[in-house]
Formats: sequence, C-alpha cells, structure tokens
Amino acid sequence: MTTVIEKNQKSGRLEVGTPLLEVKDLHVEFHTRDGVAKAVNGVNYSVAAGETLAVLGESGSGKSVTAQTIMGILDMPPGKISQGQILFRGKDMLAMKEEERRQIRGQKIAMIFQDALSSLNPVMTVGAQLGEMFRVHRGASKKEAREKAIELMERVRIPAARQRVGDYPHQFSGGMRQRIMIAMALSMEPDLIIADEPTTALDVTVQAQVMDLLAELQAEYNMGLILITHDLGVVADVADKIAVMYAGRIVETAPVRDLYANPAHPYTKGLLRSIPRLDQKGQELYAIKGLPPNLLKVPAGCAFNPRCDVATDLCRTEIPALHQVTDKDGKELTGRRSACHLWKETLHG
Amino acid sequence: MSDTITKDASAPAGDNSPKATPAKKEKPERVASLWSDAVRDLRRNPLFIIGGVLVLALIVISIVPGWFTDGSPFANGACDLSHSLERPSAEHWFGYDVQGCDIYTRTVWGARNSIIVGILTTTTVTVVGALLGLWAGWKGGVIDSILSRITEIFFSIPTLLGGMLIMSMLPFAGNAYSVSLVMAVLGWPQIFRIMRASVLSNKNNDYVMAARALGAGAGRITFRHILPNAIAPVIVVAAISLGVFIGAEAALSYLGIGVQPPQISWGLMISDAQVRFLAAPHVLLFPAAVLSVTVLAFIMLGDAVRDALDPKLR
Repeated sequence: MTTVIEKNQKSGRLEVGTPLLEVKDLHVEFHTRDGVAKAVNGVNYSVAAGETLAVLGESGSGKSVTAQTIMGILDMPPGKISQGQILFRGKDMLAMKEEERRQIRGQKIAMIFQDALSSLNPVMTVGAQLGEMFRVHRGASKKEAREKAIELMERVRIPAARQRVGDYPHQFSGGMRQRIMIAMALSMEPDLIIADEPTTALDVTVQAQVMDLLAELQAEYNMGLILITHDLGVVADVADKIAVMYAGRIVETAPVRDLYANPAHPYTKGLLRSIPRLDQKGQELYAIKGLPPNLLKVPAGCAFNPRCDVATDLCRTEIPALHQVTDKDGKELTGRRSACHLWKETLHG
Repeated sequence: MSDTITKDASAPAGDNSPKATPAKKEKPERVASLWSDAVRDLRRNPLFIIGGVLVLALIVISIVPGWFTDGSPFANGACDLSHSLERPSAEHWFGYDVQGCDIYTRTVWGARNSIIVGILTTTTVTVVGALLGLWAGWKGGVIDSILSRITEIFFSIPTLLGGMLIMSMLPFAGNAYSVSLVMAVLGWPQIFRIMRASVLSNKNNDYVMAARALGAGAGRITFRHILPNAIAPVIVVAAISLGVFIGAEAALSYLGIGVQPPQISWGLMISDAQVRFLAAPHVLLFPAAVLSVTVLAFIMLGDAVRDALDPKLR
C-alpha cells in the first residue's frame, strides 16, 4: 500500500503549482445530418499540480466533450477538433501521434466516469480489471497484478479487499464501484485526473464519502484534478477554482469562494439562486427560464441572452469577450473573468 | 446502497460477508458472473446431461471404433454376400445390408465422418464468422459495408445447390474434409451476422470508453473487452448448428455429392438402403435412427447452452 506513495516522494515528481494542463482556444464541432453542432467554442483553462478545477455546466454545455477531447477518446467522426491546443506539461497533445497519446492515457492523465457500473467490464472481476493496468503498462505478472489490485482496493478503503478482489462489478454497491473506478484511475499514479460527474449516480451520503476520498488522494499525490459536474454543492468544498460553461464557452471563471459570494455573470447568478436553501423554506424555488440552446443554432450574440433577465440589444448582437473582472476601485481581481457585457452591473449592482 | 454506508461507517478489517439486502441475494457466497452462472445452470439441466453423455459417447466411438466392434468393415471378408439383408439377431444387432456387411459395424465406423464434419465445420464457421464479425462491427464504415455485402451474396446461395457446385469444383472432393469445407464456406455468414450485431451493441458501452481512457489499445479492447461480452450468442448458435451440420452431411452424402464409397457415412448407408426399404426396412432404419439421435444430442446440448447463456430466458 505504501510503495505507491514512497515512489512519489522519492522522485518528487509533482511540485504543487507545476502547470500540468493548458487548454488553449479549443473548438470542437460535431458533423451531424442536421448540420454542424458547435459543442466547444474557444475554451481556455489550465490546471496545475495539486489544484482542483471544477468545470460547471448544464448538459450540452460542452464540459464532457472538452474532457473527452483532452483524453483523446472523442469519437471522430462525428466529432472534429477544428482549432486549438491542449498542452500537457507544455507539449501539444493534439499534435502527438496516437501511440504517444496512448502512453499518456491512463499513465499520465486518467479519467473517472459517471456511471461506474457501466464503465466496468461486466464479465471481468474487479481484480482482473485493476490488475490489467499493471499487466499492460508495467508488465507485471498475474500474481503481482493481483497483489497490486488488492493494494489499490485497500487504498480506496474497500473493506475486505482480499476477499472481494475476485468479485464481479455488479456485486458491489454503487459507492464501492465508484471507489474501484477511482482506484483504477489512480493505479498508474497519474499527474492529472479528470472526473466526469463522478458522484452523479450516487446518493448524497455516498457522494460526500467519494468526494472526500478523491480530495484526500489528490492532496496526497499532488495531482491536478478536473472535476466536471453540474452540481454546485459537490464543488464548493473540493474545488480551488471554477469555470462555468454555457453553450460551449466559458462564461465565468473565479476562485471558488469569490464565485459563490459574488458571481459576475447572470447565468452563474441564476444557477446559485436556483439552489434550494434552508432559510428559504416554503418559498418557490427560482429557476432560470427557458432551455439550454440547441447547439445547431446557437442564438446570435451572447448565447445566454434569450434566458437572461438583464439582456440588452448589445447582448443580442455581439458575443461578449471574457473580460477581466475588477473590483469597484478598478483593481483587477486575480483569476476572475466574466463573458458578460454587463459584468460590472452584475457584480457591483 | 445501504451496505456501503454500514461498511464505510465501521470499515471492518476482516468482515467478508457483505450485508446485502436479503431480497437481492439469497446466498451471499454466490459468485454470479454470466459464465459461472451458465456453468451452474448447465450442471443442473437434464437436457445438458443427456445431450452431453450422448455426445461424449459419440466422440469416443468416432475416435476408437475398435472398442465397440470386433472387426473393421474395411477388412478382407468383412462382408459376406450369403448374409445379404439378413434380419437383426442376437449376434448381429442391426442385421446385414444388401452386400452382406454387418450394419452395426458400419454404423459405428460411420460415426467418425459425421463427427469430423460436425466439429470441423462448426469450428471453422465460428472462428471465421466471429473474427470477421468482430472486425466489421468494431471498424464499421467501409470494411463493415464490404463484409456485409459479401455475406449477403453468400446468403443468397441455396445450401444444397451451392454445395453441389463447389463440390464439383474441388480437386479433393468426396471425403469428410471437403464436405466440411463446402459447408463452412456456405455457413459462416450466419455467425458473422450474429457476431457483428453483438459487437455493435457492445462497443458503445461505457467500459469500452473507460478502457480507452486508461490507455488500452485497439487490439486489447476488441479481444479482451468486447469479445468476451459479445461471444455468448455466437456460442449458442454454434452449438445448435453442430447438429444441423451433421444432418447436412448426411443429406449431401445421400445425394451422392458428399462422402464417397468405400468410405462409410450414415447418409450413404441411408441412400443405399432406400431402394429396398419395403423388403428390408432395418437396413435403413438403424443408421437413420443413429443419425437422428446424434443430431438430437447436439441440438439438446445447444439448447441447454442457449438457456444458460440467455439471461432473458431465466
């Protein structure tokens, strides 16, 4: 169990703050029969070692597509990367050969999926699936791989790991299955983990346990973590910074506390207002009107304008840039950006 | 879900009995994968046991026919025309055919050709059909289109007519191997289609994407992850068609385009006996009955495998 950590400390591989991943002006589109759906339109974000970036957004906002593009598991066709760079430790992964990328997948960047049951092969025991990582990437023997699998299962606190290593995925509960997925992602001690809605399929208590485990392991290994979610509650405790996505664009980025305290985009504001709160018991819950846009025909100007309470004519014609946000005295707020023409009014008004 | 919480709360070190809800599992130690479930089901299925014993017996007979008869039908003096069409007796259970040959001996020695054809054809058809189906289903696109069109061409050829045609072109026609080859050529599209459909329904599963995300290559994903999940329906059809292929060999031999004399085949024996059926029915009935039992045994086995592997029939 301890070998994993020791190796890490000896090599001193990850210093907190080492830039790991930088997504630059990424554009991804899907060519469908009905036209071109622009799923990702110029996304920029970065993650450093030991840092947690939460990517927040509704279904169809492009958050999962961005993640799949980073992993290189986007189905192409119909998907197509039309522009952009994905720099992993300074090297553009989109320019790499497939074999080179495959060496990164799983070993340097790993991914945790939403539904652990369907993400585990139903006809293989969890031990075999965990062990496969070591057999493929490290050339371990069957016996070594099994020991490693047990070690990993203990690492993610699965009780009686030795007895359960030969069990099949469906014999585990939802929370345990997600732990196995986490163990699998951790097995090669990656620099970066992308967790795509890791707790959506779990109930609230188990959610908290799984998030705690993830945060703890991240701190221990100094990994970068990209947490993709639509759940503002999950993000609050774990994330360092948040990127809010809407219709394939980042509409606001901010350190987690700032965003919750004082959002600079009407969409973020709407999202925060639609969280049920104990002090508003009995009152009708706020909901953002309308529906997320159809990606085949995104509204002109700001994509959010038809649903926005404060939209002006400018919003209907001109796509807002991602403005640097300043405080009332004009001092720049670090890490805060908002893609809204009216960010000043939203933030200070 | 409740067991997760209890486990997490107490995190017991040596507690290996999952506190599952009683409704979900009656026996906690039960290991329940598709395959182990199937094996457990099969062991309890009388259909499988009867079919299995018969098939095992037939395989032994075809490997060492000498254990079951005194003489070889090919030996000098094996046939004695003075016994022509003699009825069954205590010493010669199945009687004699028109040439005065012992029918029991010939039936026992004839099993080999049937079993060879059945097993060889099924193996070839399964390997070729499954591999091509896996390839087409996984790759999709142009490769899938080309392979699918080719199978459609093969599907349009009537088995017997196609069999006659191919057999007449083969340089080594007239033995069990050429019959197997002909039937394999005409039979693989069925397995191909089943495999392709099964792969298509499996390849979009999340675990395939997860395997890719963990750095697995195409070969590993297809053979280690998709194949074991997609192979069940192929095994079912293959097991059932084994019996069908044995019947088809008899049909081809009966028509005179299968196994040729002096080799022995149940189809040939039936064909030779038919002219004098009214005068000496036993000459036809014994090999026909053995053929029926053999085909039935394999189909029973196939049925049992299907029941065990198809979760919808549970």
